[in-house]
Amino acid sequence: MKHLNLPLKNKDELKSLHVADKVLLSGKLLVARDAAHERLCKDPKKIPIELANNFIYYMGPTPTPPGQVIGSAGPTTSHRMDKYTPTLLDLGLAGTIGKGKRSIEVVNSIIENGSVYFITVGGCGALLQDRIKANKILLYEDLGPEAVREIEVEKFPVYVAIDSFGKNIFDLEVEK
Amino acid sequence: MRTIDTKHIKRVLKEALKDIAIIADPQIKQKLTASLRTEENPLAKEVLTDMLENFEIAEKKALPICQDTGMAIIFIELGQDVRLEGPFLYDMVNEAVREAYGEAYLRKSVVDDPLRRENTKDNTPAVIHLSLVEGDGLKIDVIAKGFGSENTSKLAMLKPADGVEGVKEFIIDSVKEALPNGCAPLVVGVGIGGDFESCAINAKKALSLPLNYKNNDPFYAKLEEELLKELNNTGIGPMGLGGSLSVMELNILPAPTHIAGLPVAVNVCCYVDRHKQIVL
Repeated sequence: MKHLNLPLKNKDELKSLHVADKVLLSGKLLVARDAAHERLCKDPKKIPIELANNFIYYMGPTPTPPGQVIGSAGPTTSHRMDKYTPTLLDLGLAGTIGKGKRSIEVVNSIIENGSVYFITVGGCGALLQDRIKANKILLYEDLGPEAVREIEVEKFPVYVAIDSFGKNIFDLEVEK
Repeated sequence: MRTIDTKHIKRVLKEALKDIAIIADPQIKQKLTASLRTEENPLAKEVLTDMLENFEIAEKKALPICQDTGMAIIFIELGQDVRLEGPFLYDMVNEAVREAYGEAYLRKSVVDDPLRRENTKDNTPAVIHLSLVEGDGLKIDVIAKGFGSENTSKLAMLKPADGVEGVKEFIIDSVKEALPNGCAPLVVGVGIGGDFESCAINAKKALSLPLNYKNNDPFYAKLEEELLKELNNTGIGPMGLGGSLSVMELNILPAPTHIAGLPVAVNVCCYVDRHKQIVL
């Protein structure tokens, strides 16, 4: 089992990750999904959050119940963000976390930028919530569950779906 | 003539919506557990283990199983001999959604307009399908439909000459494409026949059937079995990462159609498949 601390110190750390590796993430993650991406990318030169060496987790949690840090917090389908991902990777974002396949444009951008794409198990909102230790809204509070957040995770389980060399977990079965 | 208070309908509907968000269907737990016992693919084993552990944590911490707690789809079969008393039925259905999603800390995932997209902040309105039936009963099927899987659903207006082979091909291709993004192992509802919209409604209705439902028409029971076998033989598996369980259940609801038409709708649901039947 591999471990990765976030944000990264250096993007080269991603070179040691290979497709289908299970990785436990610890540290800080950015959270954004559909509506937040649309706003962030309206003017890519003026994105008001630090992207370099950071990861974006595609997620919109349920409301936080009393006594908890956050509500259920599983991944949403990544391909809806495909339109925006190459721009963000070009701006220094280290990688993304979600579920499901990515477009060919995203795969190419991952290779060019030496990035990775992680997936987590869809529907596992409670299991992943259990690994989140802090949660705050950074931007766009009016978007409700779609606001941009920063969360702190401990041993957050993910799988390498597309590695920095472009190897894709969804092609492994086909190759067999 | 039997009288039913719509406020009573609201109360039971609200409890059902809260329950299905947090407590997993025991039949689904059984299917995943059985698959875990025989699965050989190491990645699929890990994924299935996570899914089952997630069900346990959700119940223990009273948290929603999945953060997409869905849009409320409500099928109501109202007996002709029932007299409803109290506030307007549709208002009570929406009130049940509003209260359940508020009280149980469920996510409000509904926008008021598809293009202007302002969140309604209480998960209303529900999608309501009301039909009139004989007798004095009232049956409600509740589905809390997530859209990761809904987005992978498809409808085709095939030609009669495409026949059963064309129908099979469309279903297989649609489901194969849905597997990686739709949170497999999937539950698949299929509508065949009818017209454009009733075909889609039947596909959704097929998702409200119990997981071990057996089609009472042997022709369709056999077709369901063949499709299920072929889809699980693809090896696409849980979350599309490889494995033997791709689809847990596939149910078909056929309907009479026009001499020129063969509509087919494939409505896809993730493995959490939140639904419940209420009989009053």
